Amino acid sequence: MKIIVLVKHVPDAQFDRHLTGPGNTTDRSESILSELDEYALEAALQLIEARGGEAAGNKVIALSMGPAGAVNAVKKSLQIGASEGVHLTDEALAGSDAAATSLALAAAIRHLGADTPADLVLTGMASTDGETSLVPAQLAERLDLPQVTFASSLELDGARLTARRDGDTHADTLEATLPALVSVTDQINDPRYPNFKGIMAAKKKTITTLTLADIGVDPAQVGRSGSWTAVDSADVRPARTAGTIITDEGDAGIKLVEFLAAQKLL
Amino acid sequence: MAKVLVFIDNPGQVLKKASLELLTMARSLGEPAVAFNGELHDDVAAALAAYGAQTLYRPSATDLDDYLVGPKASYLAAAVQTAGATVVLTENSAEAKEIAARLGIKLGAGVITDVVAVDTDGTAHKSVLAGSYTTTAKATTPVAVLTVKSNSITPEPAVTGTAPESVTVQVPETATAASARVTARTEKAASGRPDLTEARIVVAGGRGVDGNFGPLEDLADALGAAIGASRAATDAGWIGHDAQIGQTGKTVSPQLYISAGISGAIQQKAGMQTAKVIVAVNKDAESPVFEIADFGIVGDLFQVLPQATAEIKKRRG
Ligand SMILES: Cc1cc2nc3c(=O)[nH]c(=O)nc-3n(C[C@H](O)[C@H](O)[C@H](O)COP(=O)(O)OP(=O)(O)OC[C@H]3O[C@@H](n4cnc5c(N)ncnc54)[C@H](O)[C@@H]3O)c2cc1C
Repeated sequence: MKIIVLVKHVPDAQFDRHLTGPGNTTDRSESILSELDEYALEAALQLIEARGGEAAGNKVIALSMGPAGAVNAVKKSLQIGASEGVHLTDEALAGSDAAATSLALAAAIRHLGADTPADLVLTGMASTDGETSLVPAQLAERLDLPQVTFASSLELDGARLTARRDGDTHADTLEATLPALVSVTDQINDPRYPNFKGIMAAKKKTITTLTLADIGVDPAQVGRSGSWTAVDSADVRPARTAGTIITDEGDAGIKLVEFLAAQKLL
Repeated sequence: MAKVLVFIDNPGQVLKKASLELLTMARSLGEPAVAFNGELHDDVAAALAAYGAQTLYRPSATDLDDYLVGPKASYLAAAVQTAGATVVLTENSAEAKEIAARLGIKLGAGVITDVVAVDTDGTAHKSVLAGSYTTTAKATTPVAVLTVKSNSITPEPAVTGTAPESVTVQVPETATAASARVTARTEKAASGRPDLTEARIVVAGGRGVDGNFGPLEDLADALGAAIGASRAATDAGWIGHDAQIGQTGKTVSPQLYISAGISGAIQQKAGMQTAKVIVAVNKDAESPVFEIADFGIVGDLFQVLPQATAEIKKRRG
């Protein structure tokens, strides 16, 4: 089977993140493979391993859209175990919102499926920068694929896919027929780390670079010009500062209530 | 006047506060209408009228709940076209955001999520990068789709109520074709406490509660608060996953967030640092949660919380 996993190169949340790029876009200098995409990659690897792995003709293609540095997300995916990497990059993509991003990714996925369509498109539940969760649903819409999002479990029986989705008021079991688009939560598995063997093997794997021309997308349809939303302003929110810290001397519970009363929170 | 369509999905017996907020916001932006799905109970119908809904759209199909997201987006797209709406407002839940996402593609409309306020010119306000920035954004398309966080505005009924006209919207026959089907649904038991994302006060526990949420529940009950948790606590199975707050859980911005036995990892902070007031109780003075707490107590939660609960009860007599 053929699985395309979307991997995004995002600013590392361990550091301060900034919207100092052109048009209030994210500064991507200290970026990593989005942690939440590791769960999708792991899910893909488990699915193909259960089917005889690459030896049996299965493959996992890691696809990332983004500027030059985004190739690092693809490289890391290859080290973790993806079979091939694809980096969609074009100056005209800069500043794309979810709609423009999903347009470009849909075109790339169609391009990669030209000879053999992918059985599954797998994504994380959200990117850790934009955090909108819009792209998986928009991709399903554009590709006309069944959408199985926020899956916390995933099983395949032939072409029949079953997944669990945990909502606020109820949990659902979902069923769809391949090909499908699936986004997975961080509950689904424990992602593996790249090991020495994986890192060495990754050096021999191919990374294909695609531009908008390769996938037949008009530059005017993406980037800021092709986006349907525009960010007008971005202001740093004053960082929270520590307030009063006390050490419990047997009466901290009472002091807590006094604080709440003073704040009119009781 | 702009037509503003509010999507209300399966409210049950009574309209949620979040829906009342959406209706109130809709009135500030133009002429409100409602695209409804599910059974319409009398109380709900009365509330829609009191909040000024001019028209009530309902789907021709009754099986939208049997599928995930796609058919609801098709219905909503048809409702937007029937209504001639230029603004669509939905809740900010995972499912509502996905419906908004697909609706956006169907209509060629910009989608803005996590909105906390909208100006009359359509400028939406939100906070991004785990609360570290506030931004304004606008849809550049003829129709704008906004998903609005609950607790963003105070719900207020309309000055004059309405008797909304009911219109059936034809759901396209192809709507369910490429959709995942819901084959089983397990309802979760209601806790009797306020909904986490709507609650004014949240009491959250982490690994430090060591399997015992009892002292947090007692405090929550005394304060009328909802219970939240860190991922360590939900992963341990001490409390349901729907209580998780953070990057991969819920984002809350209550008036008061009481964090107990939580270290304050970046992924946890991402879900709560827009709370008005943060109180933290943790044994370890070095815990990062103290960097953002307005009031921090270095101490044992099993001592501090019961004492606080007792004191609240005493004050209330
Ligand atoms: C991709 C990803 C997504 C994640 N998403 C989330 C998320 O959405 N939400 C989330 O919360 N985490 C998330 N995490 C996990 C996060 O990184 C932390 O591991 C987690 O928040 C830690 O939970 P904790 O603070 O309860 O546990 P710990 O870090 O173990 O902290 C427990 C704290 O309890 C204190 N304590 C112990 N006993 C007591 C006592 N008797 N009284 C008072 N204090 C006591 C200790 O001093 C300690 O500070 C995510 C991680 C990853 C990798």
